[in-house]
Amino acid sequence: MPALIDLILAGQRVDNHFPWPRAVVAPKIWSFAVDQLVEGHWGLLGLWGEPGVVHMALLDENAREIGVVSLVCPDGRYPSVGRLHPPALRLERAAADLFGLLPQGAPDTRRWLDHGQWGVSYPLGTQRSSSSTASPYHFLPAEGEGLHQIPVGPVHAGIIEPGHFRFTASGETVVRLEERLGYTHKGIEGLMAGSDIDRAARLAARTSGDSTVAYSLAFARAIEAALGVEIPPRAVWLRALMAELERLANHLGDIGAICNDASFSLMHAHCGVLRERVLRASDAAFGHRLMRDCIVPGGVTGFLSDEGTTAVRSLLAEIRQRFPKLIDLYDNTASLQDRTVATGRLKAELARQYRAGGYVGRASGRDFDARRGLAYPPYDELAFDIPLLQEGDVNARVWIRIQEVKQSLSLIEQILGKLPGGPIRVDFAPTDGPHEGMALVEGFRGDILAWLRIGKGGLVERCHLRDPSWFQWPLLEAAIEGNIVADFPLCNKSFNCSYSGHDL
Amino acid sequence: MRKLLFESLIRPALTERPPLARDSAVEELARALDGSARKRLGRSLAIRAVDAGSCNGCELEMHALNNAFYDIERFGIRFVASPRHADILLVTGPVTKNMREALKRTYDATPNPKWVVALGDCARNGGCFAGSYAVVGGVSEVLPVDLHIPGCPPPPIEILKGLLALLEDSRTAVPRG
Repeated sequence: MPALIDLILAGQRVDNHFPWPRAVVAPKIWSFAVDQLVEGHWGLLGLWGEPGVVHMALLDENAREIGVVSLVCPDGRYPSVGRLHPPALRLERAAADLFGLLPQGAPDTRRWLDHGQWGVSYPLGTQRSSSSTASPYHFLPAEGEGLHQIPVGPVHAGIIEPGHFRFTASGETVVRLEERLGYTHKGIEGLMAGSDIDRAARLAARTSGDSTVAYSLAFARAIEAALGVEIPPRAVWLRALMAELERLANHLGDIGAICNDASFSLMHAHCGVLRERVLRASDAAFGHRLMRDCIVPGGVTGFLSDEGTTAVRSLLAEIRQRFPKLIDLYDNTASLQDRTVATGRLKAELARQYRAGGYVGRASGRDFDARRGLAYPPYDELAFDIPLLQEGDVNARVWIRIQEVKQSLSLIEQILGKLPGGPIRVDFAPTDGPHEGMALVEGFRGDILAWLRIGKGGLVERCHLRDPSWFQWPLLEAAIEGNIVADFPLCNKSFNCSYSGHDL
Repeated sequence: MRKLLFESLIRPALTERPPLARDSAVEELARALDGSARKRLGRSLAIRAVDAGSCNGCELEMHALNNAFYDIERFGIRFVASPRHADILLVTGPVTKNMREALKRTYDATPNPKWVVALGDCARNGGCFAGSYAVVGGVSEVLPVDLHIPGCPPPPIEILKGLLALLEDSRTAVPRG
């Protein structure tokens, strides 16, 4: 098996790209990298564009190495990765919509984020004005006797983000699901280009509301990598505290919400109380219920007072007292188990091929967590387990999250015990670029990739944020196949992919 | 399960005292709604949430309104599954161009009389997403807005205050819990 670094060395290494290397490579090496993805030797971390250049981030999980390869394509054409490695398909379609980069040989050339409403084509590349009449979107066909289609969305029946689902069903069994996303596309990467670091950080924090801490962390770490900024130790630990609080809040809320989608509202009510407790403790500790904008490049904004520490400690005590009873309730309610066990099964091969992050991957045998896989600080000094299951059904995804709640409680306790004193923020002056940085951070949903370049005047020239949902949404289409339509909300909630984080 | 249910009987309720309606919201509404409209509304509000492009932060706090602490249904306010059942559209996010049409259609599907509440800083004027090629701007660019509830995201208590203002007859009345 080839080493990732050899690939980078075979190309033209780019200076000032931290902490992992980037190289501009020839088409031959690009194709070689694609072969390695197909073989499963490396994983695809992301694929994104710039005018006339396409980038691909690769991960060698065994060697814990990351590398970025870039292919210059002045005419906007490059050999499609998705043709051979399907996880890249939607990323390529997005890059085509935003930059006009055309993957040659791609099996799916439909537009993805561009719904024909922007008034421009290729808004981040060479812009072309376009008529704002939307052309019809052709869903993939399903043929057979007695099949019927059910269109759902973009406005859904609950308090949910917008997206469109096209079901083809035979009776009540789903034969095919196709997603159409992009409704919440806000042009975040376009807004970031040319803005100062503070403004870009605020945009990053608003990429996906439930992962605001994780996005702020990913963005801040990428900036600090690019500019070589060392942040104070206390800030490192407070960041991890926030990240674990965010994980806790999301897991607790979603465990209840999944049960609610199986019409078991008792769990929902009790888990909702615990989630609210986490948000209130976070508010007491850092001054915002979701801890938005509390992590900034250079450190954190909240010191964590003694009262804040007390609030977090009593939160731990309360969850430890109440949560075990809820686990028993989940485990011992046959009618609930009847809905979750063997429902929405995701095969291990697919989870591996798509590098499914978070509980989606870990419930289907994919043993990866960026906190351990890359062991960024302070996780290198903390003891925790990564729960792993093989079944891949809704039940397994719930259990992974139950176990992760326990791990996060332990992590928070360890963090409070080891929290160093001292300053929480360091000032830095961004200098003229190019400085390039990247970061991979474990959010509650999976690993979030941030890649950026600081350009002239210390402004952000280009920033790309890749949500874990990019590699989970397509798997939901596979997991629902053969299930009944009525189990879709349950399956969907057990994945809980982000719309806004994906649409960006 | 029985034990858990029994405990709920003897534990004190978590539900908090109802907040006062937000003054500024009452004023804003007094301008937007006439007395007769408010009378027709009575003490029951059916809300249809529409995410027109938000980051999902506002939705999280909207969900929190249903938890035991805020228990929004005790005020006669509830979230409904269809705009056909709704009195109010609670719209979040900067309206993205990809959602403009869906938002309009949802509004058209809502029977009269109806009101539009714009939730969060982005819904007011596009927030930090204003000026993007993909964003129309605030909700008022697309629909007539009767009330704004600011915040990024607004905490549940602030959303509740804003919505209670819709149920208030006058600024002196205090909601009964």
